[in-house]
Amino acid sequence: MPLTVLTDDEEMIQNSVKRWGNQHLQPALVREMEKNERISPSIIQDLFTQGYMCLEIPEKYGGVGLNFTSACITIQELSRVDPSVALVVDVHNTLVVNAIRFWGSKFLQAKYLPKLATDTVSAFCLSEANAGSDAFSMITTATASSDGSDYTINGTKSWITNAREAGLLLVFCNVDPSKGYKGITAFVVDADSAGVHIGKTESKLGLKASSTCQITFDNVKVDADHILGEIGQGYKYCIAILNEGRIGIAAQQIGIAKGCFDVVMPYLKEREQFGIKLVDMPAMQQQYAQAATELYAAELMMYNACRLKENGLPFAKEAAMTKLFASQITEKISSRSIEWLGGIGYTTDTIVEKFYRDCKVGSIYEGTSNIQRQTIAKMMASEP
Amino acid sequence: MKILVGVKRVVDYAVKVRVGSHGVELKNVKMSLNPFCEIAVEEAVRLKENKGAGVSEIVALSIGPKQCQETLRTALAMGCDRGIHVQTDLRGDYMELQSDAVAKLFQKIIEEKEKDADLVLVGKQSIDSDCGHVGPMLAGYMSWPQATFAAKIDVEGNGLLVERETDQGTETIRIPKLPAVISCDLRLNEPRYATLPNIMKAKKKKIDTFQAEDFGIDLEPKNKVLEVFEPPARKEGIFVDDVNQLIDKLRNEAGVIP
Repeated sequence: MPLTVLTDDEEMIQNSVKRWGNQHLQPALVREMEKNERISPSIIQDLFTQGYMCLEIPEKYGGVGLNFTSACITIQELSRVDPSVALVVDVHNTLVVNAIRFWGSKFLQAKYLPKLATDTVSAFCLSEANAGSDAFSMITTATASSDGSDYTINGTKSWITNAREAGLLLVFCNVDPSKGYKGITAFVVDADSAGVHIGKTESKLGLKASSTCQITFDNVKVDADHILGEIGQGYKYCIAILNEGRIGIAAQQIGIAKGCFDVVMPYLKEREQFGIKLVDMPAMQQQYAQAATELYAAELMMYNACRLKENGLPFAKEAAMTKLFASQITEKISSRSIEWLGGIGYTTDTIVEKFYRDCKVGSIYEGTSNIQRQTIAKMMASEP
Repeated sequence: MKILVGVKRVVDYAVKVRVGSHGVELKNVKMSLNPFCEIAVEEAVRLKENKGAGVSEIVALSIGPKQCQETLRTALAMGCDRGIHVQTDLRGDYMELQSDAVAKLFQKIIEEKEKDADLVLVGKQSIDSDCGHVGPMLAGYMSWPQATFAAKIDVEGNGLLVERETDQGTETIRIPKLPAVISCDLRLNEPRYATLPNIMKAKKKKIDTFQAEDFGIDLEPKNKVLEVFEPPARKEGIFVDDVNQLIDKLRNEAGVIP
């Protein structure tokens, strides 16, 4: 089947999310949440009610049991209206929930998946002030007790999305720095544990409603049965989960680009200068046709990466290419969209100036564009 | 109480339709659940949930092509218990399948398949044909009481109290005993979103399919469509300099004031 032909379920989901986004995330509310630098609690609640926070969680744990493509479709359609809201859904589903599904013990899955499906937001705690692209140089430690039954976490994580809303934190710590990255271990931590301090909220260029904070762990005790998977395997899990998480980011970027076109095309068809509709002006045609072509390519890359993953085929290179390309074209499209709208594009009367600011981080988070290219290059170099 | 709800698959309200060689162009056009039918579904679900009306089951009925299964699925996702699909490829937007045949199909479904239906809820009209006929016609064929343009429905004893919106104001009708037919208007309720979990659960709910030709009804249109055309393009307005000029134009050009 063509990549853009969705299954009946996926199409129904796409229509449903699109409708909810258009009717429920009204422009005034989106702007208000941006101004308050906070997603309103009732919207977070609605995300759970609508099933957007448990997309791939199996039904037996209270989830919807959908596929990865459906998750990306949901993220894309939400991003068309508010990429900050989409980001909550993206990080929760594609980074934390999926990590617990893939490597969590039966105990952890039974304990947390139902909560993550119904009322508990999660955050992915990997980066530190001095460990961004070089994530493995992290200095947050988890020291085992003498009998190994619990660990004590100390350190500060930076740039954590969903920090303020999260009830559950997936924290990457080093249990044995002498082993270098092979000491990195992932811990599932309740956000209300003693010693967890949500710190300074970053004041950002875009995605302002999404909470991005430092989280300090001050002698936070965690039981050993809250280790995700195996001790010392955290570095593998984090690479693996980011490999697929970045497809979700690509979906967000593509949604933003589509959101721009949603505003631009009606405007071009209506606006007239020199007796010609802008949509018919040759110079404009060249630009928006080029942009739409690049967007189409990004979308196909995203669907293909999803399908490769769903079919158990290697997809890491394709995922990196997708995120790299999607963030690049969205930056261009959002910038152009402001120009195409002219003066009003530069004001807060339309949403494109927000999309322009929102999408910029697309080339930074979940692996910078340089890292994506390096990842792609390494894979190419090692191909027979 | 068992409720039968009509759900029609129509052109989505946001679509800018074009007129083709055979009426409105339907090819590749986005189709959705008729907004007034959606209100009817919502009311049925609310009756089941809240009012202690003793609603045992809600059955959704759709007449049309195989894609009506999607329409039924939306109704099931909102809370209907099971669906009935009467399959026909005849166009339901007045071009081929018209109100009388639809009302008779509803009647057949009630008499042959859902004998114990106590209440039929339909939208006041569909947004493609805009007839508003099926509710009243069905009530006539069944000899059941009817209340159209319902803005409020309350259970009262063995019957219902219905507020109707009319051009002159609100009218209250008492239906002392069921069964009855009610058509639903805009202000009756605000339909819920079908959540993703409910959309997926709806897959497991039963839909029975029947063929429209098998009911022994003449499905031929009773009215012949002679021509379908777009309304003339709205002409640009003009600015006037003052009130006198406005009155002059209204009186002498538009002829709308004496």
